[in-house]
Amino acid sequence: MSDMTKRDWSSHPAFISPEYKSSVLRGASQNLVRIDPELAELTGPAFGAEALGPLDHDLTRNGRVNGAPLGERIVVTGQVFDEFGKPIPNTLIEVWQANAAGRYVHKRDQHDAPLDPNFLGAGRCLTDAEGRYKFYTIKPGAYPWGNHPNAWRPNHIHFSLFGPSIATRIVTQMYFPGDPLLAYDPIFESTPAGARDRLISEFSLDVTEEGFSLGYIFNIVLRGVNATPVEA
Amino acid sequence: MTMKQTPSQTVGPYFAYGLTAQQYHYDHGQVAGSQLVRGEVQGERIRLTGKVYDGEGVAIDDAMIEIWQANAAGRFNHPLDQREGRPLDQGFLGFGRCGTGTRDDLSYEFNTVKPGAAQDGHAPFITLVVFLRGLLSHAYTRVYFEDEGSANDVDPVLNKVPAARRHTLIARRSETGTGVEYHFNIHMQGDKETVFFDV
Repeated sequence: MSDMTKRDWSSHPAFISPEYKSSVLRGASQNLVRIDPELAELTGPAFGAEALGPLDHDLTRNGRVNGAPLGERIVVTGQVFDEFGKPIPNTLIEVWQANAAGRYVHKRDQHDAPLDPNFLGAGRCLTDAEGRYKFYTIKPGAYPWGNHPNAWRPNHIHFSLFGPSIATRIVTQMYFPGDPLLAYDPIFESTPAGARDRLISEFSLDVTEEGFSLGYIFNIVLRGVNATPVEA
Repeated sequence: MTMKQTPSQTVGPYFAYGLTAQQYHYDHGQVAGSQLVRGEVQGERIRLTGKVYDGEGVAIDDAMIEIWQANAAGRFNHPLDQREGRPLDQGFLGFGRCGTGTRDDLSYEFNTVKPGAAQDGHAPFITLVVFLRGLLSHAYTRVYFEDEGSANDVDPVLNKVPAARRHTLIARRSETGTGVEYHFNIHMQGDKETVFFDV
């Protein structure tokens, strides 16, 4: 019926990474039970343009109340591929992030940095026929967290993607090149050493928009699926 | 293969306004919520509910659960599933999302239908995906139904699970004043640790 590549555990963090303290009591501790993907895993939700609002791809505008959000305007773009190098079209990408001061709109974020009344920090877009996506936002700030003394999260944007099936689903974080906090961040560092660089976006003057926004490229690779329809 | 998979990262504590905004009363839309039924739908309406526990048995208030399932006829709402003997159901979405931070008791709850068996010789089940702060890669499990005992007994996936752990995949049925409820708790660790699958 179908072939699907496996989750590549040499690319993904282990469930328990002791330096990241929350993982110690929250990561699965027993071995996963390996099963072959069936229809349940080869299928998944599909979202179309009706899932998007007109400003969902533009976080510099979708939360405005009385002006533009503060901070460094950026454009983030890239292509979503499967492991075979095939672009994945029409897949939903959801993003969320802190504002330029390192503060989330989230009600539980108690970091003593200002909220921006004109920045929500959440958006979404679909990839086009070539698997490309693009959204505008504000470069997120770093912020302290309680993992260990003087712990600060590097600048990052959360990405959530579906791909063609529930098994290709992933949540990840995009980081920025040259960030000195990366080497001290136990969440980034939980990723196998050979795979970490795939979480770091690339600054691009080609993507940068003249007089408007700095440009970053973040390509994303999901599991591969070769599937043929099931008829009966 | 020419490209390597992008690594997974935790959703962190602040996913709510990005992924489940309306559920958490943020001023942003959401693409999915806890209602999988829209209008008329075939099959038995059920609620699926439970809590997510950490290794010390503490209920987790920043988990996000996603479910994906066949409809009552055992058909998935996806182009890959073209089986005409199992009709699609316009009133049924098949996918839902629920955070555990909005209810006082920290439970998740979905309004859905009991799925039909998607394949002959298999038991009906719901695919359930766990995301939470502290979980670096999302985890897949399956919800089976306690009133499907004979189908469960021969289900090829359940039979891959060590017998002593199979009970962690069985939802308990109860008939409440407001309908049929299946209860399915998720234990990330401990002697009740839920079986998670590598699919």
